[in-house]
Amino acid sequence: MDETSKIIKTVSSVMFPFVTIYGLYVILHGHLTPGGGFQGGAIVASGCALLVVAFGSDAIAKRVKESQLSLLESIGALGFISLAFVGIATTFFYNSLAGTKFLFGRIPPYGSNPGYLSSGGLLPLMNLAVGTKVIAGLFAIVLILAIATRKKGGRSK
Amino acid sequence: MNSIITHSPALLIAIPLFAAFITPLLSRIHRRARDGFVLIVLAATELLALLLAQDIYANGIRKYVFGATLPSLTHPGTMSIPVRIIFEIDGLSIFMVLISLTIAFVATVYSSSFFKKEDGLDRYYTLLLLVTVGMVGMELTGDLFNFFVFLEITSIASCALIAFWVDRGESLEAAFKYIVISSIGALFVLMAIGFLYGQYDALNIAALANSIQFTFIDKVALVLLLAALTMKAGIAPMHMWLPDAYGEAPPSVTIAVVAATQASLYGVLRVCFTLYGKGLRLNMAAVGWTLVGLGLLTIFIGVTMALVQRSLTRTIAFAAVGEIGYMVIGAGTALAAGAQNFATVALKGGVFHIFNDVLDIGLLFLVAGAIIYATKERDLNNLGGLAKRMKYTTVFFLIGLLAVAGMPPLNGFASKILIYESTYQLNPIISIIAILSSILLLAIFVKIFYSLFLGPELPHLRDVKEVPKGMLVAMAILATLIIIFGLFPGYVLQTIVDPAVAALSNPTNYINAILGGA
Repeated sequence: MDETSKIIKTVSSVMFPFVTIYGLYVILHGHLTPGGGFQGGAIVASGCALLVVAFGSDAIAKRVKESQLSLLESIGALGFISLAFVGIATTFFYNSLAGTKFLFGRIPPYGSNPGYLSSGGLLPLMNLAVGTKVIAGLFAIVLILAIATRKKGGRSK
Repeated sequence: MNSIITHSPALLIAIPLFAAFITPLLSRIHRRARDGFVLIVLAATELLALLLAQDIYANGIRKYVFGATLPSLTHPGTMSIPVRIIFEIDGLSIFMVLISLTIAFVATVYSSSFFKKEDGLDRYYTLLLLVTVGMVGMELTGDLFNFFVFLEITSIASCALIAFWVDRGESLEAAFKYIVISSIGALFVLMAIGFLYGQYDALNIAALANSIQFTFIDKVALVLLLAALTMKAGIAPMHMWLPDAYGEAPPSVTIAVVAATQASLYGVLRVCFTLYGKGLRLNMAAVGWTLVGLGLLTIFIGVTMALVQRSLTRTIAFAAVGEIGYMVIGAGTALAAGAQNFATVALKGGVFHIFNDVLDIGLLFLVAGAIIYATKERDLNNLGGLAKRMKYTTVFFLIGLLAVAGMPPLNGFASKILIYESTYQLNPIISIIAILSSILLLAIFVKIFYSLFLGPELPHLRDVKEVPKGMLVAMAILATLIIIFGLFPGYVLQTIVDPAVAALSNPTNYINAILGGA
């Protein structure tokens, strides 16, 4: 397969920020709406996959190194476990931010309400950590698969 | 100190998990730093497990509620059933955790000098630590769905490890078989959990065990759980993945996978004796006889197939299949015997044999790995006369073979004699088959010992050298444990096996620890 057409490249470039923002929205609102770190991360990674398809794995691999992605992945995982350790004075995974005046500490009122972004304590932060890991992990998988299939003579037809 | 023990159930999972994701970062600095770090982490975790074990033997069952305001708060507010993820650790759990962590430590010591030039080693250590996390999690958790999650972590991480030598087609085939079996097994488990959850609105093992009614659906769920877990434990007729996985993975991975297999066996025990523990004295005899039958089949297939193999690792792998049969026979006899007093003896033998099997088979695999490392040969026909060149390895193989064959005074004898004794009272034929298979195993391994180590030196093996220190240390740890367990079986039985057996035979304690004696 040769270069993709200009139409594909342009549309992908236009779509990419929207997909990314939508994915980040799903990650950040994980404690309020369906979705969360994994789902949002998968959406962002699918945006990255779009770029890999449109511009070819070589062009992407020049900008993003696989080792950078795995570093990001480790940081995401470590962030998640560190956040679980935050509450270790009470119990592991204890949500010590909830109900404080600090970040994400708001307690939503009883009754039906749309919920508040600044509630949930550690949960949004954990969603962010999971999201980071999933974006990096899935993007790395897509990228490696793309590079590996190209090397094996994916160009022949 | 006290608070460390209080939080140790969580730390046993959290520390290896944290370390698993630090290792790729550390290996950017230096590979020695990474190896040392993994060793220190596993040693610290093992120490933590020992502290927790001491506490459990003194004060009984420990529980840990994740995310609660108190580690022991099982019923928050006005809840009538436990809702959070709860770790519940009794004698059996901690027994299995000690096995898993010991093996993980030995595997790390071994791999630090077994692998030299391979790339992808940072991921190797990450996966090894993840397998450890998965096994320990399966053994600690008191929540059925959480058990499933850890089962999956273990399967996926072990699958990737089995395929570590990606350039060998056999490794890939073995890993593929393993992941297929694991996924099918995991789906079975998930379906069974769904059945139970749909009926009793609970996922906590204690809560389920308390309210189980032995309806038709419960029995279907039991069959699904047992089918999946025995498949993952490598019990015939679902053992076909095991010789491939054991035989084609790097030896340090193999012993980790052996330990993971035992964690599935732990699942079998937990399901039969705790989850369905109410029927322990009533209607589990059929399940018991089924397990005995499967166990006999496993022993028979394992030993006869070991007889005809030409590859060293595959022979040991089939012997490992046979050994699993002994534990299943022990557990099955205990179920079939019901209230008769040899049930406890059978269970003791079965549970003790879990530890012994991991040590014996593990040692044999490590020796096989040492031979492959030194000679680059797997075929038994191309090996011979190694005793002069590899003195220590020869001694370790001798210890391993005697222990596997159940020769006194080594540990295999201590547990097998308990199994023979008790199964004889259930039905003499069972113990006769078990003893004969054990003798056959001895014959197989003596033959292998002769062809590997004795006899004239082969010309292409002239410049074989003894393996590096790390591998010898790893083998020495296992051999020492084998000898200690063999020389002082009474002490070992009393300290670590009896609490495990007591935990299995009194499911009410497990239930009351969570539900508060209600």
